[in-house]
Amino acid sequence: MDIRLDAVGHTYDDFEVLRDITLEIPQGKIVCIVGPSGCGKSTLLRFIGGLERPSKGRVLQVGEPPAGSLNPLTYIFQDFALLPWRSVAGNISLVLEDHGLGGTEAQRIIDDVLARTNLSDFAHALPKQLSGGMKQRVAIARALAVRPAVMLMDEPLSALDSQTRELLMDDLISLWTRAPFTAVYVTHNLNEAVRLGHAIVVLSRRPGQVRDIVHLNKPLNERRFGDPELEAHQQHLWQLMRDEARAADAELLHV
Amino acid sequence: MSERGAREVTFRGGGFAPRPVKWVGLIVFVALIAFAEWGTRAGWISALTLPKPSDVLATFGELYQSGMLFKHLSVSLSRLAVGAFIGASVGIGVGILIGLFSMIRAGLVPLVAAIFPIPKIALLPLFVIWFGIDEGSKYALIAFGTFTPTVVATYGAVDNVDRGLIRMGQSFGLSWFSIVRKIVLPGAMPGILSGLRISLAIAIILLVAAEMLGAEFGIGAYILEAGSLYDLERLFAGVVILSLLGVTVSFIIGLIERRVLRWRS
Repeated sequence: MDIRLDAVGHTYDDFEVLRDITLEIPQGKIVCIVGPSGCGKSTLLRFIGGLERPSKGRVLQVGEPPAGSLNPLTYIFQDFALLPWRSVAGNISLVLEDHGLGGTEAQRIIDDVLARTNLSDFAHALPKQLSGGMKQRVAIARALAVRPAVMLMDEPLSALDSQTRELLMDDLISLWTRAPFTAVYVTHNLNEAVRLGHAIVVLSRRPGQVRDIVHLNKPLNERRFGDPELEAHQQHLWQLMRDEARAADAELLHV
Repeated sequence: MSERGAREVTFRGGGFAPRPVKWVGLIVFVALIAFAEWGTRAGWISALTLPKPSDVLATFGELYQSGMLFKHLSVSLSRLAVGAFIGASVGIGVGILIGLFSMIRAGLVPLVAAIFPIPKIALLPLFVIWFGIDEGSKYALIAFGTFTPTVVATYGAVDNVDRGLIRMGQSFGLSWFSIVRKIVLPGAMPGILSGLRISLAIAIILLVAAEMLGAEFGIGAYILEAGSLYDLERLFAGVVILSLLGVTVSFIIGLIERRVLRWRS
């Protein structure tokens, strides 16, 4: 299943945040969206997942989600969004219960996703006992449990320290290499974008418009920390964004 | 590096972090009672001002031995239980509805604000006419008094549930009912329980008021009778029972909190 954005624009009251975004998210690829703060990249992600409605344009699903997908459009949030009163296994079971999955069938899915994210030993831990990186792994496991067609990742590593971020990037790359998934990955971190993105969409500052789309052909599992080729891409992206980011930084907030 | 001209940095942190200190609370109690005992025995506190704590204890012992303690307590506890249960459960229900639906919020929040400051005791004669002089008016008074603080605490608690968690529920396609039951209710639980602490203390206060009219037995009736006879020993024995009741209720809520809110750090 692909996602197509067709001339999506949005205004809050009379305040334009996004303008004429047309974009294709092909199946099996990770598309990163980068842009200066306040450019509407998280808003765009909420449109794609149906949590908010754009005032102009349409978000289209092209093709059918794979059979057995319980929740085709599945988010991973920056703040993890785990229920603090449920254990790791309970948080995953939460998203299965409403699909009538319980008992051994649910347990099988939970065991499987916990094994894939190396969390099997933590099934009964409460979120407060886990580090930030572990919490995000639980959120990734929860997302995998509903077999999504597209993962919508809203700055998933931004709340983590840089070492944990490296570890989780490795995890995401190995998950993708074993079973390629489709993802829209919103971030303000250019390093994450060049490590994880097959395509990187650069948005301008408000109102957010597509400034450029950079395609990276190097396979994900060959991208290493400090790779000179990736550094060059990151430099290029920073050149594109630098002035925008400065201007965005100097803007007054309309709240 | 030379030590000359070097001095240690002045410590200016610390404080603002209350920690539990055992026994101090008990010591304050014991010291106050010992002080009263000393004063009344020595005579510089007159018998009209304060009864001797040992006499109060003796009265308490008599009350226990005569079996009347159990009689008064069982009547009062059942009134408290029924009234507080009705008030708290209707209060939690209405509070959740206010928290979830804009129309109900717009309609009921001003009403709750209007009835909150009414001293419910003032309405007792009215309740007697509406619900009868028997148990009905007593249940109604306690229920009404517990209801308002519970409503306010509950809708505040629902308002404070992390919207990020609710959005997560929606993004995984959870039904509205599931979101309320599995996300909103447990998330509001800490606020509801701390509201219940206040509501139940108010319920104990109103218990005495409810037993002012047409009650033969009950702690309130016992205290009021002692008061009108100026029997300070019995008055204080009754007051001590109420205090112990309050401490017990607060202890029970503490136990519930520790069980239900284990997930909190």
